[in-house]
Amino acid sequence: MISQFFVLSLRGDNIVFRDCLKFNFRFPNILLDRGEVQKGSAEIFFRKVKFWKEDEEEEAPPVFVVMLLSRSLYIVLFPFSLESTALTLETRFKIGLNQLLKCRNGTAFNQTLNLDGVNYFHVKVAGLLFVATTRVNVSPSLVLELLQRVARVIKDYLGVLNEDSLRKNFVLVYELLDEVIDFGYVQTTSTEVLKSYVFNEPIVVDAARLPPLGPASMFMQGTKRMPGTAVTKSVVANEPGGRKREEIFVDIIEKISVTFSSSGYILTSEIDGTIQMKSYLTGNPEIRLALNDDLSIGRGGRSIYDYNSSSGAGAVILDDCNFHESVHLDSFDIDRTLSLVPSDGEFPVMNYRMTQEFKPPFRINALIEEAGAFRAEVILKVRAEFSSSITANTVIVQMPLPTYTTRVSFELEPGAVGNTTDFKEANKRLEWGLKKIVGGSEHTLRAKLTFSQESHGNITKEAGPVSMTFTIPMYNASRLQVKYLQIAKKSKTYNPYRWVRYVTQANSYVARI
Amino acid sequence: MAPPAQSQRSQSPSQPSSKGEVSDLKLQLRQLAGSRAQGTDDSKRELFKKVISYMTIGVNVSSLFSEMVMCSATSDIVLKKMCYLYVGNYAKGNPDLALLTINFLQKDCRDEDPMIRGLALRSLCSLRVTNLVEYLVGPLGLGLKDNNSYVRTVAAIGVLKLYHISASTCIDAEFPSILKNLMLNDPEAQVVANCLSALQEIWSSEASTSEEASREREALLSKPVIYYFLNRIKEFSEWAQCVVLDLVAKYVPSDSNEIFDIMNLLEDRLQHANGAVVLATIKVFLHLTLSMNDVHQQVYERIKAPLLTLVSSGSSEQSYAVLSHLHLLVVRAPILFSSDYKHFYCQYNEPSYVKKLKLEMLTAVANESNTYEIVTELCEYAANVDVPIARESIRAVGKIALQQYDVNAIVDRLLQFLEMEKDYVTAETLVLVKDLLRKYPQWSHDCIAVVGNISSKNVQEPKAKAALIWMLGEYSQDMLDAPYILESLVDNWDDEHSAEVRLHLLTAVLKCFFRRPPETQKALGAALAAGLADFHQDVHDRALFYYRLLQYNVSVAERVVNPPKQAVSVFADTQSSEIKDRIFDEFNSLSVVYQKDLEVQTPYLTQGLKILQPSYMFTDKEHRGPFEFSEELGSLSVGAESADNVVLAQRVEASDNDLLLNISEKEESRGPSNNGSAYSAPLYDSSSISLVVSQTQSELTFPNPALPAHAPQASLAIDDLLGLGFPAALAPAPSPSSPPLKLNARAVLDPATYQRKWKQLPVSLSQECSLSPQGAAALTTPQVLLQHMQSHSIHCIASGGQPPKFFFFAQKAEEPATFFLVECIITSSSKAEIKIKADDQSTSQDFSALFQSALSKFGMS
Repeated sequence: MISQFFVLSLRGDNIVFRDCLKFNFRFPNILLDRGEVQKGSAEIFFRKVKFWKEDEEEEAPPVFVVMLLSRSLYIVLFPFSLESTALTLETRFKIGLNQLLKCRNGTAFNQTLNLDGVNYFHVKVAGLLFVATTRVNVSPSLVLELLQRVARVIKDYLGVLNEDSLRKNFVLVYELLDEVIDFGYVQTTSTEVLKSYVFNEPIVVDAARLPPLGPASMFMQGTKRMPGTAVTKSVVANEPGGRKREEIFVDIIEKISVTFSSSGYILTSEIDGTIQMKSYLTGNPEIRLALNDDLSIGRGGRSIYDYNSSSGAGAVILDDCNFHESVHLDSFDIDRTLSLVPSDGEFPVMNYRMTQEFKPPFRINALIEEAGAFRAEVILKVRAEFSSSITANTVIVQMPLPTYTTRVSFELEPGAVGNTTDFKEANKRLEWGLKKIVGGSEHTLRAKLTFSQESHGNITKEAGPVSMTFTIPMYNASRLQVKYLQIAKKSKTYNPYRWVRYVTQANSYVARI
Repeated sequence: MAPPAQSQRSQSPSQPSSKGEVSDLKLQLRQLAGSRAQGTDDSKRELFKKVISYMTIGVNVSSLFSEMVMCSATSDIVLKKMCYLYVGNYAKGNPDLALLTINFLQKDCRDEDPMIRGLALRSLCSLRVTNLVEYLVGPLGLGLKDNNSYVRTVAAIGVLKLYHISASTCIDAEFPSILKNLMLNDPEAQVVANCLSALQEIWSSEASTSEEASREREALLSKPVIYYFLNRIKEFSEWAQCVVLDLVAKYVPSDSNEIFDIMNLLEDRLQHANGAVVLATIKVFLHLTLSMNDVHQQVYERIKAPLLTLVSSGSSEQSYAVLSHLHLLVVRAPILFSSDYKHFYCQYNEPSYVKKLKLEMLTAVANESNTYEIVTELCEYAANVDVPIARESIRAVGKIALQQYDVNAIVDRLLQFLEMEKDYVTAETLVLVKDLLRKYPQWSHDCIAVVGNISSKNVQEPKAKAALIWMLGEYSQDMLDAPYILESLVDNWDDEHSAEVRLHLLTAVLKCFFRRPPETQKALGAALAAGLADFHQDVHDRALFYYRLLQYNVSVAERVVNPPKQAVSVFADTQSSEIKDRIFDEFNSLSVVYQKDLEVQTPYLTQGLKILQPSYMFTDKEHRGPFEFSEELGSLSVGAESADNVVLAQRVEASDNDLLLNISEKEESRGPSNNGSAYSAPLYDSSSISLVVSQTQSELTFPNPALPAHAPQASLAIDDLLGLGFPAALAPAPSPSSPPLKLNARAVLDPATYQRKWKQLPVSLSQECSLSPQGAAALTTPQVLLQHMQSHSIHCIASGGQPPKFFFFAQKAEEPATFFLVECIITSSSKAEIKIKADDQSTSQDFSALFQSALSKFGMS
């Protein structure tokens, strides 16, 4: 199964490296190096991820196989698009072949020809690369899921996951890995279970001086209602004072994707939501989580894009959902309550997906007009269509401009505050940042473009689409709600803190022009 | 093994400056080893941490071994764990020192604390020192009987570790049967799961030599065992569930009631948040219902929603893995997904590997009802700033056009692309328009009108330029200034760097000449002259060939170069359904992500045999011509492991791709044998060939019909490098003395099929034959013999052992279903024992003669 596990920084430094499997059990009698994945695999991996294609800026897929021709020569076999790399493969192959022919007369031949594909899996979490290698035809989902889960367990333990905290706690991380993977087989990834096997105490790094990362960090900014330290608190470490605060966080995080046509009509829309739970309760009390009564799941044979079907009541209709294994659905069909005994650490209680029509939080209006042969004007309008008691933050509007754009001058509305405007010369992109957008407000940006050549008259084909990213706390587009969060009481005085938080983020929010 | 040496990049602050620090550590450790003072453990912890941090960044700290071991006499579990980590890393390199650790590890295995017992047992099994295995058996036996489940989980995997250090010790101690007992009775699910994993591995690798092991392996798939696992499935952790589901997927139920029972039991697994569990469940569902068409279809409907939820809920890496599987299903049953096409629209912030998959899926699901919307969406991407994706999108539009009956609207879109005046858009579109014209010649009128407006100066990419030139030649009648454009291209012959373009130019000028001779004559003369002077072998050869052809007879030349065309119905690059089926069989594995059939895990014939031709050689059999190079290589690379063949398959794949893009030449040269091609007119009729050959024999290497007229230079160069001419590769002709039985030089058989056949077929011949003394002397490595036999169209599937044993196979040339299987043991220096099994018993005598004559020639050349 898994041969090696390692964590690299984005600069390529080895932070954690563990050989989980010391044998190649699939090819027992190959005498060469008994199947240990080649030494230096971390380096080969990194070179490959960093420079997936020499000429194009393309991201390496999360799974690929590298074949070593020798220690210094290797080729990536799958997957790649044949079209663009056939030539490079051929040339690389030629180099490899020449090398082989040279070796043919020498004794080195057999060693050099240790051709064996090493499959590399990687996920990027919090600026770190979590990598696993194997030589076996395993389930890719399993390995990628595992990597993601290992990252989460480490985060549960360390409170904060980043290069610094990993380096400070690598012995703990080794200890965790030893219990998670034994001889290539996954044992457990439950923080709860691991707690009884793992003895190193985490060295907690100072969360305050960290740059915000990941979806969890959004709670740290802007709103005072949420204790900023909570999300970066280790599940096992005691707070200063030796006492643990009894609390539980339930986050309803929704990522919305909307594509508007050039006329403002909604082409596609989707909500990907998750109910995330992070429990710091002792004694594992049972929890009941009640959702909307009118929640229904599945669209019984109707096309999921058939918007008319939702026009009746204001019911929330999910296309589909899945649940964490600890969730009991015994009464879900009757009263829409989920019951579970939350295990320690962070985990998704439920993931759901919805294509039912919903009101998009923002309307984008983009106009691009020619103003003479070498000029054009872009007018961007953003209107917030949610209640004025809610504020969206860290809004960024982007728009690619024609490649022959040389200069852009911006004009904001009078009195606009917290706005930034920028023209990214390198990728010819207009960027408009707004710190805050209060519900119901409208914002406009005018940008005057100067071109280096005459436009062909179809600027709309050369520019756009407009895309937008934002975070809206205490807002959810799907109207899915946690009606109540009930914790089985151990005693009358037991009254832990409960935090139920909503947040909506843009996933792919695009308006075509 | 030690962690890899740290790369130069890394500037870790904790890197020791010199060996001094390691010896410093040594000193400190020594001081602490004997100390019993308060706080010793804390300082030990600090020191141990330092040692391990060095180990991580690749500093060799193995010299501290004895000090580390001395310091580990402690009750502090954190210290113990660090010490175990260290010992596990360096024991293999220091077997003598490892002996030191045995003592304290054995003691720890009897500790009161189950945690320590478990940890010690795990470390003991991870020492990997062969001569220490005797110390493992006792603690392992106790561990398996331990009353603590943690110790038992560790012990179960420990047995597997022992097996890999010394299989015989493991078997002799009867550990497998103890594991089996545990597996069926242990109350702790993780113990059960580990037993299952260990047993699967042990029995699979034993199965080849031991009847019993192979029976036991079969027994894992028996009804009671499967039901036992299924009934307990909810007790297992999500990862162990995957192991169990994997096993269940191999189970063959006896009737449909059973199938429904299993599916009902597992249905809630589809709602699991862990994608690995869901995919493993889906595999079970798909495999169970393979033979029930309508239910199978319902399964597709049922799994659609969970898959889409997984795609959108995880990280982009996870969704990529799930999406690859969805892609496989979509390609298999596009109709079932045709209404879900909007889910496959690309989001602007997705990584390109996801977008590419989605584009392929959009192409697959396009049908009459949704084409308009899909193509509209794709056209949006074509204007995208992400150039690689824009290119892919244009290709996708082209593919949809090629698979649709009503291409009218799409052709218009493609032509609109040309008006966008972006270089890459124009380039991609030209290639597409060319393919489109080959399939739908009736559109030539509209296309040509637009293409005619494109200035060849604006087209720089070789493929696009070649496509444009092909159209100029092909439709020179309809394009007024075709001869003049071609002429100007010929004038700039020297500036044209791509041989592909020059080859196309030659052909196009000649085609144009036949249609509009007076206008083209000058250009033709110039082109032939330039071609003859060309440094590129293929260009030179083609120019010479055309020249001679024209000299010989103009009308024959016209028939060769400008035959009547037939529309292409299927392009050669479409993946065969057989491969798709095989990938489908490997659902939930890497094969799906790579879109390659990779399965090499089939248990081998005999332990110790190397698989030489795993199933991915499949690509070979579908092609002729262009792949001699790879084939040649396959037989040449001495000691090539299975992996080598992947490289070849890949190379093949690349040429495969070429097929679509370089059109006329290949098809022309492939000749009449290729019935799927556009040009079915007999190209080289025998008379003209013989004439030309006789004329030019002395100095011209005539492009053999079986060889592409312009095989890439690289392959030619390599062939030359290897000192091997074409003839051997082209036709491994049976030697004159051999009987009339003809074998397929490029026979392909995957190990699983081989094994099945070997089991099924009776031995039709068993005899002893002799080996020439030279042959015996030459048999220094098995590969030499393999190459030799391969040149006689007898392929090796596995070899190894002592005395050397080989498994060969061959395929009858005219009957692809007829295989011969041979087991050949070199018993002494001059004798070999062969056993032949054949699909067709009647020919086995002939084959035997052929085989023996081949064998006797070994070492002679």
